[in-house]
Amino acid sequence: MGKQNRMFIRVAILGVLLAALVFAVYSSLASDSVLKAGDAAPNFQLEQLGGGSITLNDLRGKGVVLNFWGSWCKPCEAEMPELEKQYQKHKDDGVVFIGVNIGQTPVTVETFVKQVGVTFPILLDREREITKLYKIGPIPTTYFIDKDGKITDILVVQLTEEMIEEKLAKIMP
Amino acid sequence: MADQRKCECGHTNPVGTVLCEFCGKPVEENGDRAFPSMRYEGMARRSQTHNKTLVDHVWNFFSSVKIAIILIVITLIAAAVGTIFPQQRYIPVPVSGESGVAAFYKDTYGMLGEIYYLLGFHKLYSSWWFVTLLVMIGMSLVICSLDRIVPLYKALSKPRVNPHLSFLKGQRLRGECEPGSDFAADETLAQAAAILKKKGYRIYREGSTLLGEKARFSRWGPYVNHIGLILFLLGVLLRGLPGMYLDEFIWVREGQTVAVPETPYYLKNVEYKTEYYREDEFPEQLDLENRLIPKNFQTDAVLYVNENADLPGAEPKLREVKSGSITVNNPFVYEDLYLYQASNQEMQLAALNFTLIDKQAGNKELGRVKLDLYEPEQEQVVAEGITVRVISYFPDFYMDESGQPATRTSQPNNPMFAVEVRSAQDGAAEKMIYVSGRIIPESEGGRYTLQIEMPDFTDITGLMVRKDKMLPLIYFGSFVVMVGLVMGFYWQHRRIWLHLEQGRLYLAGHTNKNWFGLKREAEFLVEQLALPMSLVLDSKSKNSAAENKTKEEEKPT
Repeated sequence: MGKQNRMFIRVAILGVLLAALVFAVYSSLASDSVLKAGDAAPNFQLEQLGGGSITLNDLRGKGVVLNFWGSWCKPCEAEMPELEKQYQKHKDDGVVFIGVNIGQTPVTVETFVKQVGVTFPILLDREREITKLYKIGPIPTTYFIDKDGKITDILVVQLTEEMIEEKLAKIMP
Repeated sequence: MADQRKCECGHTNPVGTVLCEFCGKPVEENGDRAFPSMRYEGMARRSQTHNKTLVDHVWNFFSSVKIAIILIVITLIAAAVGTIFPQQRYIPVPVSGESGVAAFYKDTYGMLGEIYYLLGFHKLYSSWWFVTLLVMIGMSLVICSLDRIVPLYKALSKPRVNPHLSFLKGQRLRGECEPGSDFAADETLAQAAAILKKKGYRIYREGSTLLGEKARFSRWGPYVNHIGLILFLLGVLLRGLPGMYLDEFIWVREGQTVAVPETPYYLKNVEYKTEYYREDEFPEQLDLENRLIPKNFQTDAVLYVNENADLPGAEPKLREVKSGSITVNNPFVYEDLYLYQASNQEMQLAALNFTLIDKQAGNKELGRVKLDLYEPEQEQVVAEGITVRVISYFPDFYMDESGQPATRTSQPNNPMFAVEVRSAQDGAAEKMIYVSGRIIPESEGGRYTLQIEMPDFTDITGLMVRKDKMLPLIYFGSFVVMVGLVMGFYWQHRRIWLHLEQGRLYLAGHTNKNWFGLKREAEFLVEQLALPMSLVLDSKSKNSAAENKTKEEEKPT
């Protein structure tokens, strides 16, 4: 076997092994992947409190504020009036506010919604499927999605009106 | 430095050769020192030839067994360190999100915990550097093997039938004698061939030299073993591809249908039961002190496929695909999906039961009220014209700082209901609250009350959800490893030379292990041929100087 030939074989073998290395490292990093700003918002359909259902992709052309909450979460409760105020202010500006309740019964959700005085649509994620799909860790978590279905911001924090106002500016069509 | 060396037999050997490829004479550099090690038949390892380009450097790095051992040791140490604090999935308290995980290690274990987390020890098996180490071990396995197997194959495929005298004299097992003038060389060698053949040797003959060789395949054992290990590693690696591997856990209440994570399937728990041994089933009297010994943990389940799975969250359209029972060690299997009985929570509160009483009609029982803790009905008709409506429900009730009712979690650990009884006849509405086993009316002297009845209990089954498409490859790899080990351990590559030169008869023997066995076979041969020859078997220590030098390079695995 010529030296040239041997060199070629070594390069080929090292190439294959290197590809395996890259793949392994990549898949180990990808396994704990999260959604981030710039990603497409995964589509879903959920039942709405009070009847009917909403499909995310049907809202293309409008900005979407997607707020994940649970009635056991105090910061969620605290930010609800802020969201409501912004909803009232901007509901005719082509943005949709949606609350996604995580896994609770309609009775509990309804009580809570009345307690905090929210009027924007609330979706019921009974099986927590969408919570998983959106990789929700601590709540409240709020996704800001633009008119093309692209995530512009993810906030894992108790929102204030100023914060909502600022992020909203980016998704208004 | 020249790339080639010429032996006195006329053969040119590559640099790094210890024993001439053709005649087996030690190459000059070894000079007067002890006979060199027979490892790899004295062939040059491929990586020793040149070391010029980057590719050569990388190749040589991985072809070193020393490096392989260092990599393995680092991996072992890392794996050991990974057990000092719990891995992320075994954190004993609920944490949410990356920040929660980070805070847990920092708060619980201080600075060391913080470092532990930052270096990725909390998720060791999927941390990028641990995976890199594993793949580097794999690379070293492939390159080490290739670097050695090629020259070894070349050497063994053309056995040295007529080696240099110094080769024969250098073997650990050897003997020589002066057979005398009436010695019939041809006859003796033919006789020896017959004896060796009977012992299972393959015979090579060239002039006045005879070589018997047996079980050469045993030399390939370590390499077969390595192929198995590589297949095994490959299987583990490919688990990272989407859809190849799943390891999840689901809790399912009796009667509940839940989505099986990351699959289009739904599972219904039809019934869960634990069965216990009866006293008379034991072969002898046991003093159980009223304790029970479980006999069977069983979930009867139905698996559905959701034909509407493309749109997450959408109303599932379920079609039954299989039903059956799951018991310990007998998983529910559907295609690649395995469901194992793994845990249970029995006698969990499922629904509260009450009887509605009309106090004004002499405590008349009006009807039953059921408040489901998971799916409470908004409104139920209890009797003619009388309805009970749930106003609010707090599954895990407590009073928050501002004195408002709230729920701690979404689990029904401490259910609190506020209900309203409405009567159509007089249009009256009366509110009451159930909390902690008591009914609190809105006002004293109301007409209705709820009498607490036996609640409904349910059993919750815990199932392990597994999918592993790489398992056949991993098992096959393990099998190949086993074959390699058996090849290498249970057979020995034995060679015996008989050589007549200038009226003297030389015997030499080589094996890769079990020298005692080889010696016995050689002794048997000498005895059968009635030769005046005594055999010498050097102890290992004689060659130890030479062997120690190459010790690191010797490890076959």
